[in-house]
Amino acid sequence: MTNFTTRLDAKFEQCKSEGRAALNCFITAGDPNYDDALKLLKLLPAAGADVIEFGMPFTDPAAEGVTIQLSYERALAAGQTVAKTLQMVREFREDDTTTPIVLMGYYNPIYHMGCDEFLDQAKEAGVDGLIIVDLPPEADDELCLPAIENGINFIRLATPTTDAKRLPRVLQNTSGFLYYVSINGITGTTTPDFSVVENALKPIKQATDLPIAVGFGIRTPEHAAAVAKFADGVVVGSALVNIIPNTMDKNGKATAETFEQLTNLTKSLKQAIINAR
Amino acid sequence: MSDKNPNSLRQGPDENGFFGIFGGRFVAETLMPNILALEEAYTTAKADPSFAAELTHLGKYYTGRPSPIYLAERLTEHFGGAKVYFKRDELNHTGSHKINNCLGQILLAKRMGAKRIIAETGAGQHGVAAATVAARFGLPCTVYMGAKDIERQKPNVFRMKLLGAKIVAVTNGAGTLKDAMNEALRDWVANVEDTFYIIGTAAGPHPYPMMVRDFQSIIGEEAKVQIQEEEGKLPDALVACIGGGSNAIGLFHPFLDDESVKIYGVEAGGKGLDTDEHCASLAGGEPGVLHGNRTYLLQNDDGQILEGHSISAGLDYPGIGPEHSWLKEIGRVNYVNATDKEALEAFQLCTLQEGIIPALEPSHALAYVAKLAPTMGKDEIILMNLCGRGDKDVFAVAEHLGQEI
Repeated sequence: MTNFTTRLDAKFEQCKSEGRAALNCFITAGDPNYDDALKLLKLLPAAGADVIEFGMPFTDPAAEGVTIQLSYERALAAGQTVAKTLQMVREFREDDTTTPIVLMGYYNPIYHMGCDEFLDQAKEAGVDGLIIVDLPPEADDELCLPAIENGINFIRLATPTTDAKRLPRVLQNTSGFLYYVSINGITGTTTPDFSVVENALKPIKQATDLPIAVGFGIRTPEHAAAVAKFADGVVVGSALVNIIPNTMDKNGKATAETFEQLTNLTKSLKQAIINAR
Repeated sequence: MSDKNPNSLRQGPDENGFFGIFGGRFVAETLMPNILALEEAYTTAKADPSFAAELTHLGKYYTGRPSPIYLAERLTEHFGGAKVYFKRDELNHTGSHKINNCLGQILLAKRMGAKRIIAETGAGQHGVAAATVAARFGLPCTVYMGAKDIERQKPNVFRMKLLGAKIVAVTNGAGTLKDAMNEALRDWVANVEDTFYIIGTAAGPHPYPMMVRDFQSIIGEEAKVQIQEEEGKLPDALVACIGGGSNAIGLFHPFLDDESVKIYGVEAGGKGLDTDEHCASLAGGEPGVLHGNRTYLLQNDDGQILEGHSISAGLDYPGIGPEHSWLKEIGRVNYVNATDKEALEAFQLCTLQEGIIPALEPSHALAYVAKLAPTMGKDEIILMNLCGRGDKDVFAVAEHLGQEI
């Protein structure tokens, strides 16, 4: 546990007091290009996103399904870098000082920049948390503990393979929230049986007071409502990201339709979450 | 480890899987319990004499071990310097050293109760070996292979199909080995309950680099005895090609503490290190984290992984086993490279001079032997790992030579 409070703590506290789950929206930094992605990022809070999970593109996203793989490829092809992702957070923070942003990605681009340099810049830019898929608790010295020292939450993933023996290790240095991965699998593929997920959360809830957000396979307002009944947060990623290739023009630019569909899906997810309990 | 020498270079990795700063377990949480269970199962198996006995038995009667060492007399004469010996792991069942590791891993898979095997492959040698052991032990097998590699390694693709494996063409990225490995990891995450992932090279999360090294070290252990029987002394130099580095670490490891033995690992120089088209991770890369381990990687200024290039699909990997990264850092092994052109010349030379058609991968090693041997005395000995045979490459070589079959 950490001895500091962050925008994440405040946001989950607020959602709890409103008697609802939080909506965590994932989009990729730089997809389909820097300017459009910044506009998409900026429209999310007004559309209903409580927490933004901002994907840092990587060439080898081994835990992602094809939707996010292609999203990362589009962003990289458009020239996205770690430095540009941090710059987008800075620009977002000019107008929004309350919506938490969690950077989600893989370790190598951070390692390559240098962990200290990255954390300095992330803190200064207004990043609230990190989800780094390929840094398990065994690697906490690398980035997790330095992040906490910098007042940045390090959010761990728990999965269906996380058994009672492993759970304390997973929870040990986790803060902000715990991300429960609903399936054994990659993003944007299988939708789980939500009653199974609800049962899987029970022992975790007994082991931690952290808010628990559930992600992977949640695509529709109906799915979101089902999860919002028992989880503290609902993560939607691939369904949002998929709007971009479906609506962009042939030059790889977002269209009016892109912004409208992203807004509408976010709104309907939020409404479903609010109505769920 | 049987070595009692506290300064031994053969003691790694540490309990967290690190060789110096290299190695480790950088994987998604879903896989962590499996990785830890695998380590435990491997530790138990290593302590069980029946595991070693079964592996030795299969090595002898199924693979055909020990593979001989062979004095390449005409090449020795041609180079005009050191005596050149080949460790002939190309004579193994399935045609390369890959079978050594696959047999070890499938025995572990059986012990762990796996119901299904997955593997990635570049040149198809590991895919064939994995499909072979899966057939032998009656487990279904899925092999992930880059679409580009499927195109240039058709004979191996068909062999895998004959062996009953399902081949999945990977079109993401450049469609080569690293992309196949990503896809295999995605499969594993989704099927973690019943699937055993047979990694083919000495890379990936701990315990794979250690385990693959141990299973391949039979190469160096045999060679060390054989060369002393033939020559009454240790070799002066070892040479092996390096993609991920499994055949090389297998040859090198038993010799690491023998200071008189110079060791050379030959990376794929592609079209030259002064171009973007090579696969020399150690010479042209920087430390980074990919596929579960920290190691030297070909990457850009933003830490994005670059696609390597090599004439040889088996060396076409932008990373390298972590133990090699460590051996480079401490300076024990000299890492050099050979270009596509040099490898192709060595391929033809070996075929014509010795009547042995080598795979394009060890042709890189031979290309370096061609440079090294003339600089050494006639009483000195080079031992090169001829880790695979070239049957699979004849179509690709014909194309490079502009000939129709």
